Amino acid sequence: MIGWISYIVFFLILASIYAIMALGLNLQWGYTGLFNIGIVGFFAVGAYTFSILATPDQVGHLGGYNWPFLLALLGAMVMSGIVALIVGVPTLRLRDDYLAIATIGIAVSIQLIANNLSWLTGGPQGIYNIPQPLANYFSSNLGYNLFFLGMMMFILVLVYVGLERMVNSPWGRVLMAIREDETAAGSVGKNAFSYRLQSFVIGAVLMGLSGALYASFIKYISPTLFMPILTFQVWAMLIVGGSGSNLGAIVGAVLVWALWTGSGTVVQWLLPADIQVKGGAIQIIVIGLVLMLALLFRPRGLLGERKEVAAEETKSKISNIQ
Amino acid sequence: MFGQYLADGIILGSTLALGAIGLTLTYNILNFANFAHGSLLTWGAYFAWIIVVAFGGVQGATFGPLSFGWPLVVALLFTAVMTSILAIIVDWLVFRILRKTNIQVSLVIASFGASLLLRNLVVVIFGPEPQYYSENIQIAREIFPGVRVTPDQIFVVCLSIILVILLHLFMTRTKLGKAMRATADNTSLAQVTGININNIVRWTWIVGASLAAVAGVFFGLTVQILPEMGFNLLLFLFAAAILGGVGSIYGAILGGMVIGIAADLSVLFISPAYKPAVAFTLMILVLLIRPSGILGEKTR
Repeated sequence: MIGWISYIVFFLILASIYAIMALGLNLQWGYTGLFNIGIVGFFAVGAYTFSILATPDQVGHLGGYNWPFLLALLGAMVMSGIVALIVGVPTLRLRDDYLAIATIGIAVSIQLIANNLSWLTGGPQGIYNIPQPLANYFSSNLGYNLFFLGMMMFILVLVYVGLERMVNSPWGRVLMAIREDETAAGSVGKNAFSYRLQSFVIGAVLMGLSGALYASFIKYISPTLFMPILTFQVWAMLIVGGSGSNLGAIVGAVLVWALWTGSGTVVQWLLPADIQVKGGAIQIIVIGLVLMLALLFRPRGLLGERKEVAAEETKSKISNIQ
Repeated sequence: MFGQYLADGIILGSTLALGAIGLTLTYNILNFANFAHGSLLTWGAYFAWIIVVAFGGVQGATFGPLSFGWPLVVALLFTAVMTSILAIIVDWLVFRILRKTNIQVSLVIASFGASLLLRNLVVVIFGPEPQYYSENIQIAREIFPGVRVTPDQIFVVCLSIILVILLHLFMTRTKLGKAMRATADNTSLAQVTGININNIVRWTWIVGASLAAVAGVFFGLTVQILPEMGFNLLLFLFAAAILGGVGSIYGAILGGMVIGIAADLSVLFISPAYKPAVAFTLMILVLLIRPSGILGEKTR
């Protein structure tokens, strides 16, 4: 029984970390129409910045600043925001696809840096001994994880309420107006580039926050944790949950994460030991199929915006082809 | 050392140029950034590998100093056909349906999903280990002082040049090629003049996928065959297409060469591990300074 409870607590903590990322993506894609496929890059920047700032003395690479938890969290968010500015400024004026290409580029580059720039990131060995907040006050692992889950719920509610207020404010309405028709929004004096950049940076900051919390929860990070598949998972979460709905992003995060861990267990149980290495590939194929089917048959997801406005966005040049 | 890295860059550039042509064609005619294009390279390399293995691989006679014989020639033709079929199947199953929904960017997400699906199918079917077309070890010869290349590498560069010339003749001399260019310029106008757009879409995939397949074989021949190879090359291909100007075939060739040479020359200054980051940095610079690329016309 205890085993089950600790498993569920562990599952929910990770699901809520993913949910924060999905919420960040929802602001970028769901409300602003920005196509970010370098989510894992911003997540990694948050995780590494937090780890470098918050760790006690480190050997062989930068770190040992011993910053308090909240301050390091803030540092991680700022750093992710700066990276988002670097990617956003050259690309957000151009057509959508360029941002997509640039974000995948930054994610690849960040992974390269994590792997190779050892003095900064610890290289392939990664960073150990990442502190957890208030860990000394708990004697049992389960007790601490329950506390961490509580903290995650608090942060998630905070992010959710914050985002809901933002998207329902005049600012949020401008975002959606730009998404639907940039020329019309421009004609009433709204600078599309500036609003897009704001939305992109705020979304990236949330991804950085999520990365920092992840690093703190698992206490150890290395480059192998930041593979492109993570970006894909978050996209699947948002599309399944319904882009344009913050609640949808959270529901999608829990569902897709359950599907991911569930399919992992099933694959492990079904496959003989000698082809276990292929298990991960099969898991990815399962998630890929779910994403494709959602896109093809339920493009608005479970809880997505009902209004059909987004559909009229850019008329594909050859939309009339069968 | 400079000459050697330059030669390496030209060899990588030949592979990139062929890959980038397909990317820029689909971008221009189908109007979306196809993130699954890298997977076509991977599948192209593996389709060819099946044939080479089926023929007993290395045992057969080889062409002079080259590491391969007739099996690889058959494999090149086979992989061009199979990769084209694969591309058309993916288009029919996914992109065709999404084109009707008018949400352009969901095409991009779908292509991103398709790329992961295709890549992991390779892992499931062929396994994660690297493969080679030949076990023969090639001796690099000195063609200029300080510049050593293998006969296979010379073959790669020569065949790229021949294919580019053939493509040029196809696009400028044949009716189909002209129709493809017309469609890229203005789809509605092309349709009004009686061009069958469905046919053009099919041929865009065939040309793009065949060149991608050959590029995949080139990479397998000069480096190795890996399930991740296409994904790893994707950033280079996009950088090449953007640098040359999206939609321009000649731009893609030029872009492929520039990116290939720049990536290999960067080894003089920084660790070779950062090659993709070099391509990415160049791409960002182009987007900042001249977003339409060197030979591109459209800014939007």
